[in-house]
Amino acid sequence: MPDTLTIYLNGRTCVVAPDISVAAALALHNDGRTRLSLSGQPRAPLCGMGVCQECRVEIDGRPHQLACQTWCRDGMHVTAAQLP
Amino acid sequence: MKPVDYQLVIVGAGPAGLAAAAAAASAGQAIALVDDNPHSGGQIWRGGAARQDDPRARALWAQLQASNNIHYLPGSRVVAALPQQQLLLEAVDGGAASVLHYQKLIIASGARELFLPFPGWTLPGVSGAGGLQALCKGGFPLAGKRVVVAGSGPLLLAVAATLRQRGALVTHVLEQAGWRQLGGFGLPLLRWPAKLRQAWQLRRHLAGTRYHADSYVLAASGTTRLQQISVRIGGRQQQIECDYLACGYGLLPNTELAAALGCSIDDGKLRVDQHQQSSVPGIYGAGEISGIGGVDLALVEGELAGLAASAQLDRQAAHARQLCAQRRHGLAFSRLLARHFALRPELLRLCQPDTLVCRCEDVPYAALQPHVDWRSAKLHTRCGMGACQGRICGAATAALFGWSKDTARIPLAPTRIASLID
Repeated sequence: MPDTLTIYLNGRTCVVAPDISVAAALALHNDGRTRLSLSGQPRAPLCGMGVCQECRVEIDGRPHQLACQTWCRDGMHVTAAQLP
Repeated sequence: MKPVDYQLVIVGAGPAGLAAAAAAASAGQAIALVDDNPHSGGQIWRGGAARQDDPRARALWAQLQASNNIHYLPGSRVVAALPQQQLLLEAVDGGAASVLHYQKLIIASGARELFLPFPGWTLPGVSGAGGLQALCKGGFPLAGKRVVVAGSGPLLLAVAATLRQRGALVTHVLEQAGWRQLGGFGLPLLRWPAKLRQAWQLRRHLAGTRYHADSYVLAASGTTRLQQISVRIGGRQQQIECDYLACGYGLLPNTELAAALGCSIDDGKLRVDQHQQSSVPGIYGAGEISGIGGVDLALVEGELAGLAASAQLDRQAAHARQLCAQRRHGLAFSRLLARHFALRPELLRLCQPDTLVCRCEDVPYAALQPHVDWRSAKLHTRCGMGACQGRICGAATAALFGWSKDTARIPLAPTRIASLID
């Protein structure tokens, strides 16, 4: 396993540890933000175990992927709610 | 889509599912072990059974690795129960859907947390208690962060200990139950020496963290993320600055798949007989789905279900009787838990009119108040009609308004259209 991975978060290059979830990468590089709610509020993971759907992000072009149940892969593109 | 045949399908690769697979494996049947997570272990052994300190996890994993009749399918979510004993599976990473046909089915789908809404609970930085524990096992960075753990149940101590091991500054653990309730929990615990030992070990990890009974979170605040919480500690209100709030009010069995298959659900849990068979012959449940009892009970129930579903109860009669006795002992602990961590009524009065109750559809408390039941609220406000399908707000409105949620609909989780039409 390599020492680090490179992922692209909203187009930004982020270097992360190899064995972390996308939710963890978002906590490190996006203040935890995953999606915007229907009324535009920023959200972050709630249940951490694939139930609440708050951590939905777009991964490699596929929408509605759960950041808490997806592990970072080298070269992965993640689109999540932007920082203010 | 041509179904793949298995004699036994086990849904969930946590302690109960792993124990079931290990017990059933020796009968030589073709077994599929399905889990939506990328690693085995469920929540308590999250990140892979092989990587746990608990030797039972490593032993079970080694046993499964050595069995060539178990087909382990991680990253696979059951999205529908189809007619004729078939399950529709979707690959979590976007791969093709598949159909499994089973003769016997064991559902070990575990539990989720009960969340009670309070002002500010949707802010980034507020999560479940078990939720933050699960996240931090996935590398969620907590080193040097100020964390308050709140809610109810023995899980809070385990969460606080895990977070501290990962470098978090856990300043407070707030348990809503009063000392009188908790005192009544401690003494009968002498009947479960293993649980006492666990509690004592946790205590050592928690030196420097203040444990407050009779205490709960009133509200969370912050501009773009959590900055401060307002709490009541032993009757006195105060503010605490923190980076994370991990708040959960106990566990709820995940019964959706079992309900979709027509299994009877009593009081939120799957009804099972002494060998973990549900009201539908050939369908078994093990672990938290049949009542919250922790890992020790889950392992016993899993093993019993595995033996029963692979027709080994007669051949291993003495061992099965022993397991049944352990099961009764574990169930008594489960009842003790439920009694001593009963929720205080103040927790149901925390919502302000604009507090969101349904987080998927952003439905505030005030919009729900005029409704008489779940169905009316759903039709008029879209409460419960979002991506989580009411798994979070269904339990919240059951507590707040006494509504009972309708049974699970197919698909059981957000599903790609292609998976449904192929």
